[in-house]
Amino acid sequence: MNLNNDIVLAAIERRFPGAIVAHSTPYGMLTLETTREHIQDMLHFVKEDPELQVGFLTTLNAVHYPNDAGRELCIVYHLHSMVHNFRFRIKVFFPIADPVIPSATSVWPTANWMERQEYDFFGVQFAGHPDLRRILNVDDLDVFPLRKEYRMEDGTRTDKDDRFFGRDGHEGREFD
Amino acid sequence: MANIAEMPEGYGGEGFFATSLSKAVGIARANSIWPLPFATSCCGIEFMATMGTNYDLARFGMERLSFSPRQADLLMVMGTIAKKMGPILRQVYIQMAEPKWVIAVGACASSGGIFDTYSVLQGIDKVIPVDVYVPGCPPRPEQIIDGVMKIQELVKNEPLRRRYSPEYQHLLAKYQIELD
Repeated sequence: MNLNNDIVLAAIERRFPGAIVAHSTPYGMLTLETTREHIQDMLHFVKEDPELQVGFLTTLNAVHYPNDAGRELCIVYHLHSMVHNFRFRIKVFFPIADPVIPSATSVWPTANWMERQEYDFFGVQFAGHPDLRRILNVDDLDVFPLRKEYRMEDGTRTDKDDRFFGRDGHEGREFD
Repeated sequence: MANIAEMPEGYGGEGFFATSLSKAVGIARANSIWPLPFATSCCGIEFMATMGTNYDLARFGMERLSFSPRQADLLMVMGTIAKKMGPILRQVYIQMAEPKWVIAVGACASSGGIFDTYSVLQGIDKVIPVDVYVPGCPPRPEQIIDGVMKIQELVKNEPLRRRYSPEYQHLLAKYQIELD
């Protein structure tokens, strides 16, 4: 049996009534939004369910929306059912003041390094992660560099003319 | 003309030639440099062309690349050095025996290049002293050879005891590197 957006949406909705707070299909790809309370169970369900068989976590990434009060950080799970060749996404939004989300490592061990990366760049705390430390940046970095409040430019640069980098003197970040 | 180093200044006559030890040693050193290629990106590809038959760095007495810093004379840093790579580069430099020289090949090694960002070292001279900078993004093999020949000039004309001079020790102290 082939999966499609409606079947997957219905199956998850049936198992977790009310847990899907929003859904859409941008470019035909089913995109669900759920909450921190349900995400771990939901991932476990879609992996183990004999009908869905979503065996593969393609990737997991964070997004920072600085203007979206209370929903500044977002984790996106890109899921793939290889058996049915079906892909969809699950998103979870949460406030930057409380950047905690359950770890997906108990469902997919491969989430280990992905979550370390999102911790490294966005400071997302994955509760239950076995080894949450930086993975790509230097260990003594004291910022989470992909959060929008931090400047991309390096503070130690000495011989760079801002005009040649398209900044023209006013380097302040504007978010709107 | 075969590849024979030019004679230094000196006094010669029938069957003998006299010059200073410093000059003789300088010529020997300059024409037998063992480079350690520290190639991280596209400048490294240009260096491979430089080593290859068309450009042939071996003409300058650099037939043998040293992939161990212990036996290398010249550290050639070619490519973007991420901040995470910085301590490794510094350790490689410390492991090299005196006398040693450093050439920064390309915009990234010299200043961070286009990577004006939190993760990239803004020039290797933030962690180790540099003798010659080669501009370019990436530089052509001719430019790399030009830089290497500038290193040869430095090596040839460097007093034997410069490495023990207060200036040199001051330079290393600025990088918190101890002279052994």
